[in-house]
Amino acid sequence: MSNAIDKSAWQRLMAKGGATRISLIALALVVLAAVFGPMLLPGAARELSADQFAAPSWAHPFGTDLHGQDMLYRVLTGARVSLTVGLAGALIAFFIGTAYGLVAGYAGGKTDGAMMRFVEILYAVPRLIILLIAINAFDSRMKAWLAALGAPDLVNYSRIVILILSLGLIEWLTMARIVRGQVLALKSQQFVLAARSLGQSHRKILTRHLLPNLVGVVIVYLTLTVPAVILDESFLSFLGLGIQAPQASWGSLLADGAQAINPVKSYWWLLVFPAAVMSVTLLALNFLGDALRDVLDPREKK
Amino acid sequence: MLTFVLRRFASMLLVLFCVVSATFFLMRSAPGGPFDRERELMPQAKHALEVKFHYDGTPWQQYTAYMGRLLHGDLGPSTRYRNRTVNELLAQTLPVSAALGAVAFVLATVGGVMLGGWAAARRGTPGETGAMLASLLAISVPTFVTGPLLILVFALHLGWLPVGGWGSPTSWILPALTLAGPYVAYIARLTRTSMLEVLGQDYIRTARAKGLAEWKVVSQHAAKVAILPVVSFLGPLAANLLTGSIVIETIFNIPGAGGFFVNSILNNDGFLLEGVTIVYCVLLMGLNLLVDIAYPWLDRRIKSHE
Repeated sequence: MSNAIDKSAWQRLMAKGGATRISLIALALVVLAAVFGPMLLPGAARELSADQFAAPSWAHPFGTDLHGQDMLYRVLTGARVSLTVGLAGALIAFFIGTAYGLVAGYAGGKTDGAMMRFVEILYAVPRLIILLIAINAFDSRMKAWLAALGAPDLVNYSRIVILILSLGLIEWLTMARIVRGQVLALKSQQFVLAARSLGQSHRKILTRHLLPNLVGVVIVYLTLTVPAVILDESFLSFLGLGIQAPQASWGSLLADGAQAINPVKSYWWLLVFPAAVMSVTLLALNFLGDALRDVLDPREKK
Repeated sequence: MLTFVLRRFASMLLVLFCVVSATFFLMRSAPGGPFDRERELMPQAKHALEVKFHYDGTPWQQYTAYMGRLLHGDLGPSTRYRNRTVNELLAQTLPVSAALGAVAFVLATVGGVMLGGWAAARRGTPGETGAMLASLLAISVPTFVTGPLLILVFALHLGWLPVGGWGSPTSWILPALTLAGPYVAYIARLTRTSMLEVLGQDYIRTARAKGLAEWKVVSQHAAKVAILPVVSFLGPLAANLLTGSIVIETIFNIPGAGGFFVNSILNNDGFLLEGVTIVYCVLLMGLNLLVDIAYPWLDRRIKSHE
């Protein structure tokens, strides 16, 4: 098949032009900086200091915040949180969405109708708003549960865990729709009919014949779900209902930054640097997703 | 058509019922109650408060009592703003939110369709590439970044527009633009893709062969069909604008319902939170129904549901 994942897919992606390469390089840089950057910065950058609201300088390229902490360090540790939530949340959405779409498309008929009606209903409900309420209700319970589970280290991360789970739980709808559409188209093709007439079980047809043909589409929407989850997380954190101090994500840094913009005195670096890093990451991810869709999604034939 | 609308109406009521119940029990299962912050409350005094604000009895009793009051259109009292009911609070703040949302809605659809159509008509020119790059940028930068940045530039630096608040029409410009921005971009991308597809079809070639001016071909013949994906996006658009307006209202200090929503979560203000959620859901589902009714009417190729 022309949309299979192979060397030619990579070549076609590269042939899309300079912007795709720049996106890949930018993403690699952000990820590398997030993983290794905090370790490479001098130890003093991690500490609070008396140097409040210092403008960007050689010692603090991104300036310092209210507590005299180096903003570069905070943006990079925030990147760790945001990227982790984005990737893990998108993976959960990917599992749910693919499984749901596979079953609905393969079952067809009334089952399919009911399952897709449910997806439509979820589309029409303000999911993020209900999610806010749920996070508020379950956070302390999650903490108690994690503590009882004998993982005290995880307690500090309970917010992150709960965010990953819940964002994964609301971002699977598009994936389910796309996968179902693909399965509907694939299952009437001859190789599936042949497999069925040879007496293969439904599970084998699903995993051996349908799933491999879905890889292309699924990768495209996985790439596009990551920025969506990162955006959701930053939205929640911006409202003060996501990641909480002393931990930081891009969203919570931006919330602090937005408050530092006022008529009296504007500490613009608190806003501009996290905003720039986050925007570049999201732009690169969206751009890459678009390019991948052109290369891998069979429905988008030029 | 009538049975379709009636059936949808029934399913809307069912969904609304589920959402209300879910929010109610989620809110009641959250740690702490709305009266925890009162200092050293005597048990009797606390009980009196609970009775006054309908927080007495088991959760199930509270739930049935709440549902009963809902049927009479009573959204209950607010535990935070004690001398006002949720109905009053919403009556005061909702028009503001609705105005902001409506302006952004119009801006997003009209601006997006025009930008997308323009880009499709200039396929392959630097203008198209530029417009599409700008759209991707607008989608990637969250509104809580663009909002403060716009304030920084246009309100604080240049001093052209007010920093926030909700008074003169000039104070509407920045929030509406910030809220609509990403969706102008999204709709522009949708329109461009579908317009390009339509422009390649035979009936367009016929229209051109008749000697129609290109802008007439695009606006009168192609637009009718190319607009359909945009129409089906209007429902999700409303949902996104609703959620987005919460952030915009926080950034620009707009006295709308969104600010109350966030505060009611933080303050454990149950009835207010449930009231806002109900209103949001009704608005959204109503809009979705309107879109579903309009869609087959616009696209004659699709048979109406039964």
